[in-house]
Amino acid sequence: MRPSIVKAQPADVEKDASMIKQKEMMAKHYNRLTDAKENGEKVASTFVPGNLNELIMCFDLVNNLPEVNAIQSGLRKQSGAYIMEAERAGHSEDVCTYVKSDLGMMAKGNIGPNGKKLPDPDVLLLSYTGCFTFLKWFELLREQYKCPTIFLQTPYMADGKVTPNMVQYMVKQLKEDVIPTLEQVSGVKFDIDRLREYLAKSAKAEDDLVHILQSGKNKPSPIDAYFGGIYYIGPIFGAFRGTDDAIDYYRFLREEVDQRVLQGLGPVTPDGPMAEEKYRLVVEGPPNYTNFRQFWKMFYEEGATVVASSYTKVGGTYDYGFRHDPDRPLETLAEYCLGVYTNRNLPMRIDMLCDYINEYEADGLLINSIKSCNSFSAGQLLIMREVEKRTGKPAAFIETDLVDPRYFSAANVKNRLESYFQMVEQKRSGSGAAA
Amino acid sequence: MKTFTGIDLGSTTTKAVLMDEEERILGRGITNSRSNYDTACRVAQQEAAVDARFTLFRREFGADDGSDAQVEDFLAGLERAFRLEQFLEQLDDLEETCIRQVRGDRFEKNATGVKAALGEVFIRLRGEAPAMFAPGASRKSDFFRDIAGSRYLTVAEEVARIADLPYDLLLNVYDKSIIAVENRPPKGELSDKFHRALKRVTEQGIGLAGEMEKQVKKALDIELEETYLVGTGYGRVTLPFSKEHIRSEILCHGLGAHMMYPLTRTVLDIGGQDTKGIQVDDHGIVENFQMNDRCAAGCGRYLGYIADEMNMGLHELGPLAMKSEKPARINSTCTVFAGAELRDRLALGEKREDILAGLHRAIILRAISIISRSGGVTDQFTFTGGVAKNEAAVRELKMLVFENYGEVVINIDPDSIYTGALGGAEFARRAAYGRLEGVEA
Repeated sequence: MRPSIVKAQPADVEKDASMIKQKEMMAKHYNRLTDAKENGEKVASTFVPGNLNELIMCFDLVNNLPEVNAIQSGLRKQSGAYIMEAERAGHSEDVCTYVKSDLGMMAKGNIGPNGKKLPDPDVLLLSYTGCFTFLKWFELLREQYKCPTIFLQTPYMADGKVTPNMVQYMVKQLKEDVIPTLEQVSGVKFDIDRLREYLAKSAKAEDDLVHILQSGKNKPSPIDAYFGGIYYIGPIFGAFRGTDDAIDYYRFLREEVDQRVLQGLGPVTPDGPMAEEKYRLVVEGPPNYTNFRQFWKMFYEEGATVVASSYTKVGGTYDYGFRHDPDRPLETLAEYCLGVYTNRNLPMRIDMLCDYINEYEADGLLINSIKSCNSFSAGQLLIMREVEKRTGKPAAFIETDLVDPRYFSAANVKNRLESYFQMVEQKRSGSGAAA
Repeated sequence: MKTFTGIDLGSTTTKAVLMDEEERILGRGITNSRSNYDTACRVAQQEAAVDARFTLFRREFGADDGSDAQVEDFLAGLERAFRLEQFLEQLDDLEETCIRQVRGDRFEKNATGVKAALGEVFIRLRGEAPAMFAPGASRKSDFFRDIAGSRYLTVAEEVARIADLPYDLLLNVYDKSIIAVENRPPKGELSDKFHRALKRVTEQGIGLAGEMEKQVKKALDIELEETYLVGTGYGRVTLPFSKEHIRSEILCHGLGAHMMYPLTRTVLDIGGQDTKGIQVDDHGIVENFQMNDRCAAGCGRYLGYIADEMNMGLHELGPLAMKSEKPARINSTCTVFAGAELRDRLALGEKREDILAGLHRAIILRAISIISRSGGVTDQFTFTGGVAKNEAAVRELKMLVFENYGEVVINIDPDSIYTGALGGAEFARRAAYGRLEGVEA
């Protein structure tokens, strides 16, 4: 018997109520997904950045996210074998490990985290192109599944702004290509009012999400905005945006977080509530999933809380004001895709990180550079230098991978993290040091 | 006297530095890390304490710089006598331990005989010991196991034959005892051993021993109080100290380099399995750093593999590489592929010195890449770690630093292997005074 999502969690892990609720939602979604064919539901595979969940729901399609599947495989210690499988099939060591984990999982029967086979997609919806690997990934999937493939091109925000042309270009693609193809695949007629209804729900949950993420400004921060943040973004970056479930979840989470603020509590870690907040960090880059808990522990056992992170913005930069707008349904979808963190140019990313350090009163910036993700890593050293220069706060660089366990060296990461924390401490106590 | 200890627990060697209140180094000690960090730590510490005594003697004689030949002669004699005393003490320990092992069925019939034979073996070992520590005598190792082990086996065989006992009984008790003895540092007081050594030297009438005795005794009476200790290095998490006594090796290397060369702004440390590029400010505080990821390509261990592959000593690689006139172009610093790369090149008819020169260059190229990611080279530049002793690596480094950063002062201290321990000792000194740079005292 294969382990279910819930069973895969060690029994001694402490979680707050919202995390348990989140787990249940995710489990429910995986069950819907693996039962889709049985229930006569059709499936759309798509990506987290630029995820058009509201539109997908308009066609009664179930949202399947290969990235999230890879993350699940990483957390459940299966990605290593999947990656080797993909490498045996001819994919190079340098290829994105999400891709290889996904391809390896398919080769080994495509079993999802609930122990059941994931369905073949009825349509591939590539709605974000800021990561070029996505294109190649979907080319491979198209080859495998021979299903209709939609390619919504999102212009990169190279000049640091969204122009009306960009939006029009995307709306045109939505009208002329995306929507007609989805109608054809699903057999459901597009209803723009249905879309408006979902978008209104999205905006409601987004308000609460922003409130939650910005609670990191409190001292101590009631949340960890990187490791804890992964839980918080799950529903809204995935299949729940635009649903009542998401509204409920974010309201519930918001109340929980507010309660922690009132009580002056820090985040809940797998080993229980965090004792003392000694370091407040801003983190850039995705986390490592193969050693997620071990990685997190290296932070909380040193008293380090992540108060803000860029990774929790890959599925939307809501804290910079964006909300899905039911009054401009197609335009808002375009603007959403354009605005995600990884579609922003390097100066914009630098501005965001500097803002976070200042507004969240952080001690410095930590970059987790992902060995197999050029989309994130390119320019990260330059980002680091510039943020250091502008904020005067120390920065550090660690190297891991998304879901390839071979690239996680615990001793090495710990060494760098401890050095960094001590460096922060040393800086804090002033430079009257070595006189 | 208050003293402050820094211990750098490396993957290959463990180093200790003992410092006084005036920030001056009293003593340095080094030992193999073995697989027993705990012992390595205590041995290195004790070695540093021994070294510290000699510093105190020199101070007492007003000959700090070691240039007074008479004083140095005398101290060399004293050190030999001290090592002899230490050796004898460990022999006593080994004897006691061996005798304790004479029990159980196996020894039922022979217990008395074996004990008597052991007594004879150790009488002989003690008898031949002074010659091993005579002036000019060479020992192939300073580790007790190496010195005592080979002699024990020879002597025991002879004694067993004479006493008509099975040799393997004597061998058996030795095997059971040596690891235990080796893994506990000599238990006697250092000062007792120094007094005995002094007596020995005086009796032999080496140099000025008679007149110097008083001064030496005075220096010996100075109590070295272990005020505060800081551990660092690869094995620091296994150190038997609490967290307040542990510092990151990056901070320790940064501070240690600053102490040796206060104008240092960039530090490169190439150790056994780490290469670190560190930027420090004018107080020795780390501003930024980069190090190799889990792949130890181009670190000291790489040269170790190459040396093994070529059947050479590690220290012979540099001199051979220096003979090259046409370094080979090698791009890979992968430790795993090092042997294959080497054999390929030899098969193609390339000269050993040219290949070696190319390998050294490849290591330094990788180090330069790590430095550049940490922020480049800023005057002055200090190179530390085991690889800093390798002249071919140093030559390549100087060349590449000049090509990339122009004229820069490059510092390499002969004692650079102690840089991390030195930084640790200074952190210990500061912590003891409640100064909180990176510290919770």
